[in-house]
Amino acid sequence: MTPTTHRRGWLQAAFAATGALALGACDRITNAPQAIGFLQKAEGLTRRAQRLMVDRKALAREFGAADISSDFKPNGSIDPTDADYVALRDKGFADYRLVVDGLVERPLSLSLADIRALASRTQITRHDCVEGWSSIARWQGARLGPLLDKAGLKKTARYLVFHCGDSLEQTLDGSGQYYESIDLIDAYHPQTILAYAMNDAVLPVAHGAPLRLRVERQLGYKQAKYIMRIEAVDDFAHLGRGKGGYWEDRGYEWYAGI
Amino acid sequence: MAKPAKLLVYRHAAMTRLTHWINVLALTLLLMSGLNIFGAHPALYWGQKSTFAHPWVSTTAEQQGDRTVGVTRIGSAQFNTTGVLGYSGKPGAQEAVAFPSWATVPSYRDLADSRHWHFFFAWLFVINGLAYWLVGLVGGHIAKDLLPTGADLKPRNVWHEIVTHAKLQFPKGEAARRYNVLQKGAYLGVVLVLLPLMVLTGLCMSPGFNAATPWLVDFFGGRQSARTIHFLTATGIVGFVLLHLFMVVASGTWNNIRSMITGRYAIVPDKEENAA
Repeated sequence: MTPTTHRRGWLQAAFAATGALALGACDRITNAPQAIGFLQKAEGLTRRAQRLMVDRKALAREFGAADISSDFKPNGSIDPTDADYVALRDKGFADYRLVVDGLVERPLSLSLADIRALASRTQITRHDCVEGWSSIARWQGARLGPLLDKAGLKKTARYLVFHCGDSLEQTLDGSGQYYESIDLIDAYHPQTILAYAMNDAVLPVAHGAPLRLRVERQLGYKQAKYIMRIEAVDDFAHLGRGKGGYWEDRGYEWYAGI
Repeated sequence: MAKPAKLLVYRHAAMTRLTHWINVLALTLLLMSGLNIFGAHPALYWGQKSTFAHPWVSTTAEQQGDRTVGVTRIGSAQFNTTGVLGYSGKPGAQEAVAFPSWATVPSYRDLADSRHWHFFFAWLFVINGLAYWLVGLVGGHIAKDLLPTGADLKPRNVWHEIVTHAKLQFPKGEAARRYNVLQKGAYLGVVLVLLPLMVLTGLCMSPGFNAATPWLVDFFGGRQSARTIHFLTATGIVGFVLLHLFMVVASGTWNNIRSMITGRYAIVPDKEENAA
């Protein structure tokens, strides 16, 4: 071996070792709660920057009928196997009741016919999944704001929690059940609806039948499907693992703005 | 004949050196966490929405007979990229993954954690870039050192630089004290075009920010176009870095690295200067 190739071999080995060490360090940081917590602090900065730059009442872009996706991708649960949900689905949701309770003056129990009779809105919007893809659909549903006024939110209510009929992960303690939460500014946003129709047809099971949330300007995991119950709360720390949603409990951001 | 004495000149201001190394750190981790994020949906599209059956770029793992292979498609072209794109890993532990584990942070597929890395270093990158711009504009670094002069842009000079670069001949004496026109063009292109493009297309990924600046998404031709341009611009930056590293080695590795650490760059003086 000539000195040059020897040195090159040594350099390559040193380079590979440094690379492996650096990569290993990154994995160790990722798995250390304090370290990843430090990195996650940047998300707080992102949220505050976004709140500063984006009017919370700003509308999401609405599209034309020609823009509607023919291949809107169903994601997360697409055919829930939870017994209660299957029982409702098999009867065409005739027995379905949306429960609105928690910190409200008048708890509600609404049939699909009741919900369809509420003030509605139709919008063609883009759904942006955290994975990176986008699909466009026309959604029709009951506006959440007027529905909340019907129930009468108590002054202590700060968030709405959407309890869903699907378990995305099968667990013994029920922590795999899907849920989401939003604040009252988003709840009263004009484009926030409980959608029962998609592209002029009854909302399909794969997309969250009988009722899914559309809270535009946020990522796809916020758009809770199979909504069974809306609970008004002052805090969501006692739910799931305390982060305000199924994916939030698994490391994703609650404000879901990027 | 004795070797001509080398002259150490002060070439890089402290701010240039500091922002350079912060950028090395930030861009490395942004790239590696970005490749992990890409793995969550390894396909690119043009326009507002995804056309799932027809991405213009995609990587997948596919079964061919009794073997699994990594397949990368660009337009209608198809490449077997087993071991690098689509399907990679140590023998016996290969998996369907867009980019191999040695290229991503974390090394295993994890969208939530790679996003934490990405957004943390995005802030470092943006703050660092703004500081560089502010000091570069106010202090005159950009106007004085990076903007090409009239003489730089004369076709004869540009052609001369292209030819000498191709022969790997580098300027000596007085000419080595400043950037040549190709360097100026490359650095300005990165500082004024590629890096800002990275931030702007990145912001277009945000459905929240989209509501505030829908015109920016339109400017890039839609949200999926912005994602594609984000990826292409990153590829352009990787290309720049490879060329940059090649030129560093070709024109004197240690001299260049020292100048980016201490600021001092050794030049071989012109003959007259040497004689004087």
